[in-house]
Amino acid sequence: MADYSCKLYSNLQKETGVETGFHQTGSLSLAQSEDRLLSLKWIASHLQVNDIPCSILSSAQVVELHPWVETADLHGALYVPVDGVVSPVDVCRAFAHAAIANGVRMYDRTAVSHVIVEKGMVTAVETDRGEITCEYFVNCAGQWAYELGQSCDEPVSIPLHPCEHFYLISHPAELPLASDLPVVLDPDGRIYVRPWKGGILSGGFEKNPKPICTEGKNQVEFQNLQHDWDHYGPLLQSLLERMPVLSDVQIRRLVNCPESFSPDMRCILGESPSVQNYFVLAGMNSSGSSLAGGAGRLLAEWIAFGSTSVDVWPLDIRRFSALQGSRTFLRHRVMEVVPLLYERLYHGVEFQTGRRLRTSPLYDRLDSQGARWTEKHAFERPKYFVTEGQSDGEQNVTFFKPCWFDIVRDEVLACKEAVCAIDMSSFTKFELRSTGRQALDMLQWLCCDDMDVPTGTVVHTGMLNANGAYENDCSIARLSKGNFFIVSSTDQHIRGWAWLSRHLPADGSVQLEDVTWKYTALNVIGPLAVSVLSDLSYIPISQNQFRYMVCKEMSMGYANGIRVISMTHTGEPGFVLYIPIEYALYIYNEMMGVGKKHGIKDAGYFALRSLRIERFFPFWGQDLNSCTTPLECGRENRVKFNEDIDFIGRKALLQQKQDGVRRRLIMLILTEHSCDEDPWPHGYEPIFRNNQFVGFTTSCDYSFTLKGHVCLGYVQHRDANNGQLLSVTPDYVTQGDYELEIAGTRYKAKVKLYPMQLPHTN
Amino acid sequence: MARISKTLILPRLASLHKASVVSASYRLPIYQRPSLLSSVASASPSRAPARRQPELLSPLQVNNILGEHEFTLSLSGLDHEGLGSLVGLHSNQLPSNTPSEDRRAAAICLSGPGALIGVFDGHGGPACAQAVSQRLFPYVSAALLPQRTLEKLEVAAEAGDTVPDLVSWLGPAGEVPGRQWAERRAWSLRTFWQELLDLETGEGLPPHEALVTAFKRLDLDISLEAQVHSETAGQNRLARRVAFSGCTACMAYVDGTHLYIANAGDSRAVLGMRTANGTWLAQSLTNDHSAQNERELVRLQAEHPVKECDTVVKQGRLLGLLMPFRAFGDVRFKWSLELQKRVIEESGLHSGVATQPYLFLPDYHTPPYLTAEPEITYHQLGPEDRFVVIATDGLWEVLHRQDVVRLVGEHLDQAPAIPAPPPNPLVCSLTLGDMLQKLKARREASENPTGGDRNSATMLVRHTVGRDDWGGVDPQRLARSLSLPEDLTRVYRDDITVTVIYLDPNGFNRHQ
Repeated sequence: MADYSCKLYSNLQKETGVETGFHQTGSLSLAQSEDRLLSLKWIASHLQVNDIPCSILSSAQVVELHPWVETADLHGALYVPVDGVVSPVDVCRAFAHAAIANGVRMYDRTAVSHVIVEKGMVTAVETDRGEITCEYFVNCAGQWAYELGQSCDEPVSIPLHPCEHFYLISHPAELPLASDLPVVLDPDGRIYVRPWKGGILSGGFEKNPKPICTEGKNQVEFQNLQHDWDHYGPLLQSLLERMPVLSDVQIRRLVNCPESFSPDMRCILGESPSVQNYFVLAGMNSSGSSLAGGAGRLLAEWIAFGSTSVDVWPLDIRRFSALQGSRTFLRHRVMEVVPLLYERLYHGVEFQTGRRLRTSPLYDRLDSQGARWTEKHAFERPKYFVTEGQSDGEQNVTFFKPCWFDIVRDEVLACKEAVCAIDMSSFTKFELRSTGRQALDMLQWLCCDDMDVPTGTVVHTGMLNANGAYENDCSIARLSKGNFFIVSSTDQHIRGWAWLSRHLPADGSVQLEDVTWKYTALNVIGPLAVSVLSDLSYIPISQNQFRYMVCKEMSMGYANGIRVISMTHTGEPGFVLYIPIEYALYIYNEMMGVGKKHGIKDAGYFALRSLRIERFFPFWGQDLNSCTTPLECGRENRVKFNEDIDFIGRKALLQQKQDGVRRRLIMLILTEHSCDEDPWPHGYEPIFRNNQFVGFTTSCDYSFTLKGHVCLGYVQHRDANNGQLLSVTPDYVTQGDYELEIAGTRYKAKVKLYPMQLPHTN
Repeated sequence: MARISKTLILPRLASLHKASVVSASYRLPIYQRPSLLSSVASASPSRAPARRQPELLSPLQVNNILGEHEFTLSLSGLDHEGLGSLVGLHSNQLPSNTPSEDRRAAAICLSGPGALIGVFDGHGGPACAQAVSQRLFPYVSAALLPQRTLEKLEVAAEAGDTVPDLVSWLGPAGEVPGRQWAERRAWSLRTFWQELLDLETGEGLPPHEALVTAFKRLDLDISLEAQVHSETAGQNRLARRVAFSGCTACMAYVDGTHLYIANAGDSRAVLGMRTANGTWLAQSLTNDHSAQNERELVRLQAEHPVKECDTVVKQGRLLGLLMPFRAFGDVRFKWSLELQKRVIEESGLHSGVATQPYLFLPDYHTPPYLTAEPEITYHQLGPEDRFVVIATDGLWEVLHRQDVVRLVGEHLDQAPAIPAPPPNPLVCSLTLGDMLQKLKARREASENPTGGDRNSATMLVRHTVGRDDWGGVDPQRLARSLSLPEDLTRVYRDDITVTVIYLDPNGFNRHQ
């Protein structure tokens, strides 16, 4: 997005004739530590494969580019020569100018007081100059977006919170600073510095941010906020340590200009799940100017074509639920988010605030058994269990081998050889019911697999959009003729609900219910899972009687009505038990009791991740998204092409089948990578085939069975001469030498197109 | 369950005062309070797998807590007769009870010369301390007034005119009594000055006598008000709550170079003197009225028959229950059993909380056992006398008087103040470097755990709560102590109230 913004801004002045203050100054990101340098190298890899020139510099080279920078404590820097600076106000003016020239009518000094919704669709806005009817409405109200979202017939939750943000402007230095000197970003010092009229403009992201307007009534005029020198002090100190020559420069003023921040440091984009044609673009986390161009284009695509050219799930407003709309939650979370914007180095750092909101009934029990937690969609999920005598090193994070390595290895081993229980209650669960075959018809239209299966059968299927790409990837159990149980990933809670409810027949013949909170899910994985289940239910069960992908209601101990589905989301043998929550603790205790003799153990998500990736089991939201089709990830044979049943995306898929796929999901196994000494991949690493960049990884994990890293990712086939995308054939994939670039270093990898037979562990 | 207050152990009295109910299964004599460091760890049992400790309060948060009840008053601008030697007050309060049972007050006698400054340590609830802190000074002021002024007051009251206030409160704002409150008890005060008129005191009682009279008279009025019926049930309840709870009082009356201290109970006043060689010297201005004071033991035993010799003071407490030997209120140590029974029955006190019957004290034969009569100390102020520290026992339990005087003295010498906010660069030009220096100085001053307090009372509270083993302040211990949950707080410390009275060495010349 930033890249597009940059290109857009650089031409904007030419296109519109309005001065935008654009200067291609370049940017220098400084590293005060080896780890910071490593993270800059990671960024450099991405930029290079996207054809953005950049280089990693030594301290001496930094001085050449910017004579004022103190480099004694630097480990290196990243230089991006094409970066630039703009004057946001002027850019705005230029955009407005261009828009008006193209026939857009603008009303300034007009306040929107209310958004009117009819039948779940935006119809008009009420302003202080009267009502304006509209087809689409875009809420880009910045820090006022939250309140504007609330003043709607159907309130739209936009989780963001404003914080004060300070920047200092100096008078010109005696020897004025050239306006084309690069912008300096010093994330370890929490500051940024750019040239400004012969002096500097410098701000930063302090350790102790000041959130404002928590109680609402967000009517602050920018000018009214007080400058707070004491608060700015630490950033000033950091600035003068980085550029000691500035000491003698006169201060012009300190500006307090609030910015709005989102709960996960990513902006909020997309169509509201509750109101059609209500779009949002807000919560820019102080990167408004640099992202606006790209984000604006994505939004325009979405409005004009109904979908975006690239997947934007990480920014999608549907990743949040109303749960994240609590003002207290937002206030606490943004206080954590603001310093993290520059502080954050590693992946897998957990937020500390706003936690323990949604929990499984087993939470306390598992917590006391040493569970370490991660949060998704506000739901706490166990990562792994620290048992007596083990240590996870205070959950320290690193680019290298993590401290939980041994712990997760033991859990994976237990899943492979005995049996483990993983609490998966966070998964989204819906029930779809009808008296006749209406529910089946609806699912046949939504799903790409044939859903007319015998009662008690589970189908793992995609719900596709018109482009034939995954809107959702879920497991659907047919409980009875007209009753289906739909399980999908945790973050599909809002998105999946919106998709299903939008396709419910208008006559009300099909009922959709969210039963996520009604069931606790326990994933019992391992070859001995069957024995545990037999002991629990007093019925001898053999793997033959209880085949893969079957759903049965069973009684266990004193409890009745437990839904048992024979799939584990990993490809390993076992079952997921969907237990009505009031029995959850009982069943868990019983299971741990009878499972003792089978060596049952608690396990967490990290074990699950490792198990699934070695079985080439892609996850929606990471490996699959709304731009990926089943043909691109090797699931062609499961699509109901042969049946005479139409479904959403069928046309697009048939077309793609004819044309061939332009990208293909592959599995890479790193061969010459030392898990002890080399930095670990974590997703989004560039993939090279025969020394040509062909795509990015989507997720990576260490496989304890293969004793190496396994990465899933997509490859493309580009014509070497004209750069045209060609279809990716199996031969193209398998006949090539692959490398993965991790933080600037390339590692050889073996490629796989289909899941492989795994060696037996024992 | 027995509920125990620290100053006053009355197992079933708590039912009277909901506010004073303290869940305390610990009956800890105050001198054996557990050391904070060792006990915090054990007080919050950590769960099986180590869980992250909640984050300590930041220095700023600590400052905010300590600053909540801070009160600073500079009198240098006030041109009031008799206040020449009194130049300022620093006061602070840190509650451990919820609500705090300590009170403080500072006022100027409106019609007579001099200032009145006091601290009041309540027990069995804050009602008595609240009443005494608001009523004592008008009584003292009245007793000091010359006959002719009292006559004017009486004439005004008789005519139904507005009676001028007897004192002018110095603050802190929010703690001074409202006018409404004063009027409710005005008739008691009026009766008092009517009797003073009958005594024909001429130019007013000498300070010594005035203080003793005011103390005893107020205690008597508190006792009487609980025995008679007031207009409303609410007033009845309040009067009884005041009388059945108790409070000690320690106050200073500063008039020119004359310093009078009136003390009843175990709060203390200490004079800080600068010696010729520049060191600081502490002089006690009060004696504790508690079991530690041999003279008080002798006095008590002399006031009661020999056969009660062993029961008057048991386990260092009056009748085995009350720490201080002199106090306002506490009528169950003062009234005859018959009177107690009558008031209890009439007022239906026991029916308030039916589960816990009223407790009559054991070995209660020859009341009264308790008096509010103060011990008066006089001191002629000289140029070496620089300040007086008046504080409740919460401070003195932890800090020795010599340490207190040294700390305040050094504070006075260094006057480590947080530098003023930097000027606005829009108005006056400033370089980045200059600004940083100014901000750094401010930050260092506010982050320094020992200095930085411009208010010496706050500094003393900081030392009391965060004292390390070497007489300094351990910021961690301070932060930990301030983040204790309410129910644990009072196990480790008492309410603390400190007022430092600053005296002007130059002022004496003007008065001599």
